[in-house]
Amino acid sequence: MSTLSLAVRDSSTMLRRNLLHARRYPSLTLNLLLTPIMLLLLFVYIFGGTLSAGIGGGGPDRARYIAYLVPGLLLMTIGSTVIGTAVSVSNDMTEGIIARFRTMAIHRGSVLVGHVIGSVLQSVLSVVLVGAVAVAIGFRSTDATALDWLAAFGLLVLFALALTWIAVGMGLISPNAEAAGNNAMPLILLPLFSSAFVPIHSMPGWFQPIAKYQPFTPAIETLRGLLLGSEIGYNGWLAVAWCVALAVLGYFWSTSKFNSDPK
Amino acid sequence: MTDLAIAATALHKAYGEKMVLDGIDLAVPEGTIFALLGPNGAGKTTAVKILSTLISAGAGTGAIRIGGHDLAADPQAVRAAIGVTGQFSAVDGLITGEENMLLMADLHHLSKADGRRIAAELLERFDLTEAAKKPASTYSGGMKRRLDLAMTLVGSPRIIFLDEPTTGLDPRSRHNMWQIIRTLVADGVTVLLTTQYLEEADQLADRIAVLHDGRIAAEGTAEELKRLIPGGHVRLRFEDPSAYERAAVALPENVRDDQALSLQIPSDGTQGDLRAILDRLDAADVHADSLTVHTPDLDDVFFALTATPDQAEEALR
Repeated sequence: MSTLSLAVRDSSTMLRRNLLHARRYPSLTLNLLLTPIMLLLLFVYIFGGTLSAGIGGGGPDRARYIAYLVPGLLLMTIGSTVIGTAVSVSNDMTEGIIARFRTMAIHRGSVLVGHVIGSVLQSVLSVVLVGAVAVAIGFRSTDATALDWLAAFGLLVLFALALTWIAVGMGLISPNAEAAGNNAMPLILLPLFSSAFVPIHSMPGWFQPIAKYQPFTPAIETLRGLLLGSEIGYNGWLAVAWCVALAVLGYFWSTSKFNSDPK
Repeated sequence: MTDLAIAATALHKAYGEKMVLDGIDLAVPEGTIFALLGPNGAGKTTAVKILSTLISAGAGTGAIRIGGHDLAADPQAVRAAIGVTGQFSAVDGLITGEENMLLMADLHHLSKADGRRIAAELLERFDLTEAAKKPASTYSGGMKRRLDLAMTLVGSPRIIFLDEPTTGLDPRSRHNMWQIIRTLVADGVTVLLTTQYLEEADQLADRIAVLHDGRIAAEGTAEELKRLIPGGHVRLRFEDPSAYERAAVALPENVRDDQALSLQIPSDGTQGDLRAILDRLDAADVHADSLTVHTPDLDDVFFALTATPDQAEEALR
């Protein structure tokens, strides 16, 4: 069997294994899904009155704040889902089964690739679910073309891929599942310091550059532009650059960790 | 020599300052069982991890050939020839026993039909058919170990590493596992097993290496190892102190234990040797109340070879 077909076959076997785990034990995925949905409802219905007045220039118009909020929360959903990835990778590494995989003549990277593809699929599913809740409470995309939707979908997948590789690395360096959950925490906290909930210009001046150039903000602004027709500008390229950089970094970090001698 | 399944020279491994394996040589002929015997921390598991490609060998290690393949140059070929069942069960607890087996079949690139057939056969052979649809995490220790070995056998490996295959098992499961291991070798498979149980090595292994502090303290068949140390004796016990004294005179080579009124006479435990002792007792008209023959077992070998000065002091206290 050629190296490539071996890689594809073993990776898809590992993917099936991970999806079987996720299907049989959905509680972890569902718990992580609760965070973005809760935040969505919290910000729209509890804080929404005040916040929409601030964003809408005086009028308490919740619909405008929902529109502002949803793109950020969709990306936050990905951050939340990949925490589960870090936990399950870490769990996996403490199990003897990984030692077994390492002593088998299978494609070396397939264990990680299986996790990554599984995690990206879960992220997409989670985003769809959170998106459905958003639509149910009144979110509507304004004048997004089919191409915009496609681009938005591509961005979400790319973003999920980038965060997943980072989460896999975090899972690999964590001694246990608990530590993995803690180490991956920034992935769900970062959106709080981005343009997800409030515009950058309302933040303290010294903090604005940090908020503006961290990975979430360009991705959020790009998604906003695609779904709502706001100005994307340089954010599109910045978002893609961040995703590619994080994915490549995460990939090399994770594979070097995985290939080094286990403890 | 081409008929060696496992050949390693000067196996070294250090973690930081601590030398775990300090130059061990292994040569295991095809179709035999080789036991690495040693206490916890002797380096058994480290040796298995290196030979099974799980971790890299340390500086100073010579050539390692497994199944005729050079481990450093072609680890994938080695992996294709071996199967490993580790100390801690290498099963996926989240999925069922059957799913674990089918996962192995997929990773060995068997066809769907072959995979199902082999999985079913092995589950049957290891008495797991009934539990096949239950998550592996719900299995007992013995069942997990059996599933673990069954998974290892899916790829029909010619060389199998068993790292403490019976540690933590109850006596029945242990005998069960021994029987399984014997069957494997009957099929021509080579087994390298590690154990801290002397009885296990004695029961199963063709050759035994006693590992101590990262070195091989002794190597040979169980019989050869037992011959390495003295200690075979006949023990005579008496109720009557006067009989005890007379026996001590009749058998002057004895070691006395005045408190227990017992004598130890060095002996190799053979029929002729015993008859000679009994004849001398009869000639002196002495009757012992009990006679026990003690031949050195691997325990004696083990303690003699692996006792550190500290432990020897401890034992004296």
